[in-house]
Amino acid sequence: MNRTRLVFSGSGGQGVVTAAIILAEAAVLHDGLMAVQTQSYGAAARGGATRAEVIISDAPINYPMVVQPNILVCLTQEAYSLYAATIRPGGLLLTDPHYVKIERKVDAIQQQVPMHDTVSAQIGNLMVLNSCMLGALLGLRPLVRPESVLTVLARHVPGQFMDINRRAFCSGLELTKAEKNRSEIRV
Amino acid sequence: MPGAVRFMQGNEACVEGALYAGLEFFAGYPITPSSEIAEQLSYRLPRQGGRFIQMEDEIASMCAIIGASLTGRKVLTATSGPGFSLMQEALGFAVMAEIPCVIVNVQRGGPSTGLPTHMSQGDVNQARWGTHGDHAIIALTASNHQDVFAITVEAFNMAETFRTPVVLLFDEVVGHMRERIILPQPGELALVERLRTSVPGGVDYHPYLPREDGRLPMSDFGGVHRYNVTGLYHDMWGFPSENPKVVHGLIRHLVDKIESNVDNIARYKAYYIDDARTVLVSYGASARSALHVVESARRKGQKFGLLELQTLWPFPHDIVGEAVGRAKRVIVVEMNMGHILHEVRKALTNPSNVFLVNRLDGVFITPTDIRQALRLIEGKGI
Repeated sequence: MNRTRLVFSGSGGQGVVTAAIILAEAAVLHDGLMAVQTQSYGAAARGGATRAEVIISDAPINYPMVVQPNILVCLTQEAYSLYAATIRPGGLLLTDPHYVKIERKVDAIQQQVPMHDTVSAQIGNLMVLNSCMLGALLGLRPLVRPESVLTVLARHVPGQFMDINRRAFCSGLELTKAEKNRSEIRV
Repeated sequence: MPGAVRFMQGNEACVEGALYAGLEFFAGYPITPSSEIAEQLSYRLPRQGGRFIQMEDEIASMCAIIGASLTGRKVLTATSGPGFSLMQEALGFAVMAEIPCVIVNVQRGGPSTGLPTHMSQGDVNQARWGTHGDHAIIALTASNHQDVFAITVEAFNMAETFRTPVVLLFDEVVGHMRERIILPQPGELALVERLRTSVPGGVDYHPYLPREDGRLPMSDFGGVHRYNVTGLYHDMWGFPSENPKVVHGLIRHLVDKIESNVDNIARYKAYYIDDARTVLVSYGASARSALHVVESARRKGQKFGLLELQTLWPFPHDIVGEAVGRAKRVIVVEMNMGHILHEVRKALTNPSNVFLVNRLDGVFITPTDIRQALRLIEGKGI
């Protein structure tokens, strides 16, 4: 049984919940996998710390929450401080150096990917940071096919914003494919 | 041919089930964690000729669906604990006047406004006894989206079959979680339509005169028959009566039509029950954590089983007694201080083998929580 437990964390407005939904939906609708998505709900989703969880598996999923993620994405320092210690040994920690300064070493593959700077320079609209993050994640771990994510994105995103989302996603994908072996810190 | 694979929230699965069942009228007041049901129906229903009304509060919402049901429509309202409290008076009216209707309560932490965005199953006894006076009620639940859809369809069917309000007791976790669902094709699930009287206009119609099979055919209010509907004890014409025979006959009818059908109304799922030494009894989202524990125990060769209840009221004591009576230990897993616990104890000859494993802090109970409690129960310490 293959099972990947993901936590996307950041602050309200960064789109971590939307990214989680898109990833899980791509897995279910286009890659024939099982997936469950949950999220922290309430005031946290409107400016405070936000957390979205996804489990992707080839078998039915009963308990739907993620206690210890295999993959943890942190897009704020606060989220990193809160959740870094929960990552499964040997898991993947994806952060952005613009938002997160890595303070301590966890037993994980730590990838610092300049998603913020890439989106700022290439697209100039941080609204699509989450699409870039999804691309960066899939460049590191091919959980679903990139074209599945693009199909789901096209369904979720209003037409006039699809182009910048596609570009952000593809730039994220290129970023980690290219830098995969350079920015990696192994403990 | 299998239906379409979709990815959605539990609340959306409830909407899909309600529309599949033939929902025509929704009145409600949005409240977390049920709001997505009202939100979706606000644009889905009008597009297919139905009516959506956002009412001033939950009291009015419940009254509006009662009125709409009397005119022959399949009706729904959706709320959470605080709103469900406000609906109790009109819910009792619907019980007394025998109005088919479905009430969704996506449970959150209580009492009062409690924990709006967190998980609880604290309204189970409210569904049973929230409205005053002796009565019977049907309350159903589900733990995954496929079952949320199916049990929502069942709720509409039972409401029509038994002329009664049916409560759907979902919870925050199932309501908000997103997962896969295969939407059934039209015709795949059986639907029960309104039983209407064959008495023509101009001929006396007795709205509360049961047929031989005990069912009461209805006449669309505002149609060809004039009749009275009241919350008072009433005779076969629907007019108030204090005649002791009428009063006794009506209360027995209201209770017996449901309690004597307890086995027909019972919906449940048994996992690994046959040789289980330890049986978990659970329902709603909690059953997902329980099943996780059972399946991982089975992989280690431990004889664990799960009885997942989908019908909570009327409580199927005989079925539960038979399913778990041979187990050495029965563990009731629920997110409250023990609502179903007491019913499970009543169902067994040796109730001292029944233990409660719960969580009350708004955090969804984890498999680890259950395992730790099990170790304590087994005398192994933490």
